[in-house]
Amino acid sequence: MSALAVETASLKKAPSLSAIGMTKTFGSFTALGDVSINVAAGSFHALLGENGAGKSTLVKCIMGFYSADKGQVMLDGREVIIRSPRDARAHGIGMVYQHFTLVPCLTAAENLVISRADTPSVINWPKERRLLDSFMETMPFRVPLDTQVASLSAGEKQKLEILKLLYLDQRFMILDEPTSVLTPGEADEMLGLLHGMCDRGEITVLMISHKFREVKTFCDRFSVLRRGRLTGEGDAKSAPVEDMSRMMIGDTEVRERAARTEQIDRKDVLELAGLCAEDDAGLPAIQGVNLKIKGGEIVGIAGVSGNGQSALVEVLAGQRPLTDGEITIHGEIFTPKRGNFDRFKVYGLPEEPLKNATVPRMSVAENIAFRTFDKPPITSLGWWMSKGPMRSQAEELIARYRVKTTSPDAPIETLSGGNVQRAVLARELSGDVDVLIVANPCFGLDFASVADIRSQIMEARNRGAAVLLVSEDLDEILELADRVAVMSGGTISYVAPIEETDRNTIGQHMAGH
Amino acid sequence: MNETLQDSALITALIAMLGGAIRVSTPFMFVALGECLTEKSGRINLGLEGSLVLGAMVAYAGSFLTGNPWAGVFFAGCAGLVLGALHGFICKLPRVNDIAIGIAFMSFGTGLAFFFGKPYIQPQAPRLEAIHLGDWTGDPRLAQALEVNPLFFVGVALAVFMWWAFRNTRWGLIVRMTGDSAPAAKAMGVSVDLVRFIATAIGGFMAGIGGAFLSLYYPGSWNQGLSSGQGLMAVALVIFARWGPLRCILAALLFGAAGALGPSLQSVGISQGYYFFNAAPYILTLLIMIASARSKVAAREAPGELSITK
Repeated sequence: MSALAVETASLKKAPSLSAIGMTKTFGSFTALGDVSINVAAGSFHALLGENGAGKSTLVKCIMGFYSADKGQVMLDGREVIIRSPRDARAHGIGMVYQHFTLVPCLTAAENLVISRADTPSVINWPKERRLLDSFMETMPFRVPLDTQVASLSAGEKQKLEILKLLYLDQRFMILDEPTSVLTPGEADEMLGLLHGMCDRGEITVLMISHKFREVKTFCDRFSVLRRGRLTGEGDAKSAPVEDMSRMMIGDTEVRERAARTEQIDRKDVLELAGLCAEDDAGLPAIQGVNLKIKGGEIVGIAGVSGNGQSALVEVLAGQRPLTDGEITIHGEIFTPKRGNFDRFKVYGLPEEPLKNATVPRMSVAENIAFRTFDKPPITSLGWWMSKGPMRSQAEELIARYRVKTTSPDAPIETLSGGNVQRAVLARELSGDVDVLIVANPCFGLDFASVADIRSQIMEARNRGAAVLLVSEDLDEILELADRVAVMSGGTISYVAPIEETDRNTIGQHMAGH
Repeated sequence: MNETLQDSALITALIAMLGGAIRVSTPFMFVALGECLTEKSGRINLGLEGSLVLGAMVAYAGSFLTGNPWAGVFFAGCAGLVLGALHGFICKLPRVNDIAIGIAFMSFGTGLAFFFGKPYIQPQAPRLEAIHLGDWTGDPRLAQALEVNPLFFVGVALAVFMWWAFRNTRWGLIVRMTGDSAPAAKAMGVSVDLVRFIATAIGGFMAGIGGAFLSLYYPGSWNQGLSSGQGLMAVALVIFARWGPLRCILAALLFGAAGALGPSLQSVGISQGYYFFNAAPYILTLLIMIASARSKVAAREAPGELSITK
């Protein structure tokens, strides 16, 4: 106990942390091979890398979720042994995860107090409130303490997570993509404040990020991982973005992006008029969404997640009932049913395809046949289904869309994320497409898959499809869309052609201004 | 003359219903509070019906063998505790469904009680004494209605304590945290399985005491038809009470009043539709389940980890 007290006293200042020669293997797979990083006291350090590059494995080894096969962690120059997240906490190392670890039904104050290691058996709330209030006085940002966490916004939750680390006096912070749920404005504000705290020597931050812009603006140094190896490090302010991205993706050949072809004399294909729908709790999720999309046009819907985008996609896919409004395609009313998807040539690529667009345990061939299994040549006489044509169709599409699978008969859940997405694309794009609805198509995919999938979407557009692209990645929208619409508070607050807008304007509308 | 007679009949019926509500509600209350605690920790124990019946049998046997009804109450709680702990332990194993295990425990507890309870159907065991709160009124009907069993007050005190503890103690917050977000609890180093194990065991203890009330006070004897599904109805009651201990008391009183409807109407000579009025608690359960399935407020207040809400 006294050792802990001494430890806590020495933690008032930002600590330095280095991980030396960290190695972790899972079976024959080397997730992390001899990686060393050095985070100086009071610095804001970025950890870059693609998905599966080993970033999470590295921080999980530091946090004590995994025990590294080899390597040591030095805190303020002294070696520390971290066997569990509890040990990490005792040493003042804390982490903000991508998914929130706050308890939704407790208030902010209850969440803070219960997170302490020494919460008294009976909580003296007046006293705790006084302490919390005086703690909040010293903090750069505030969160309403008496509100249930469930009703806080994503930005407030993220702030509360960081406040929690400070409240627990964890001055070495690991942040896992902390800005993915924030508007660009909120993200800049939060990173700016953290940067200030680092400069004053109050905290040390190790941030996992994908966003070069944030790394360049706020970070001091960066380290890059690729395939479990350290491929580079340097000064974040001076290193060019090209170098960072080369360290991240290596020399992989990336397929040439499909070019945007000019479309002339386009007609409105998809029209959404006053769409309203409720969320699971019966509160309005989208209210009065109006949008027209022409053939050969991509309309990108930007927005912070949770502003009704998923509900909109679910409505269009027939997963959520409309409470009001109309969807028309080529001037005819469209009700989202299987028969109508076929008749109107509506195709879709929902987010998390393994969950929303496939049956994980059915084979790749069966999943690819979901659109066609009840039609000739797979089905004859209207009821007799033969496996032969299904398999040959699948083999052809697997080759054409370069789906990496051991066989067409393998369960689709055994494929990697990018290949599941390609298989779904093969199913949805192989035919004649009039309307394409796409949601976060590249979420969690590696660079090569991202380029590939974006090309496919662009090609569908070039062939004359009306494309609705919902994405939380603003860069994706800026790259693909012909027009940008911003969704905020369940409605479309702003629409502009891509040439007449920019990141800042879109960001402001995302924040609801 | 005729009117005054009707008036007094109405009053008699109402007083009988009040007394009946307090009497009938007590086992509901204990089972509901136990279930409330278990569900707050993120698990459903449908087996409390089994704990209730076994508790009733053990209480009667305990009271008969020791001569002290309170010893019977304690043994009943322990029997419930053992069943709850078993449920909690089995649910901890991987890929075990708490609802299926609950149904198994419902049959197991009832079967165990019938098996060991055979010799205790005939003998008379000492019963719990009521507190006479209404003697000062001078009205024999009121005096009878206000004969309240001490267990009723224990239940109310327990509900108030749970209500307070859920927000003012570390244990209360940990139980709510475990029930709402197991990943969050794990991230804080809380052993989710242990918390649920303890909550289910204590929940079983409470259900056992509810059973003791059945056999030692009202109806006040041990037989195989003693419980008429109170343990199951208490699950509906917890949903109706939206997982609030204080609301559990109100809901239990409401169920109790519904259960007392038939007998109290009979006491003033209305025997038409007797079976229909006796079915009132079941009809109420059905209506409540329909209403709460549609209620979006209830959906919001449900602990996030419950397998029925996931």
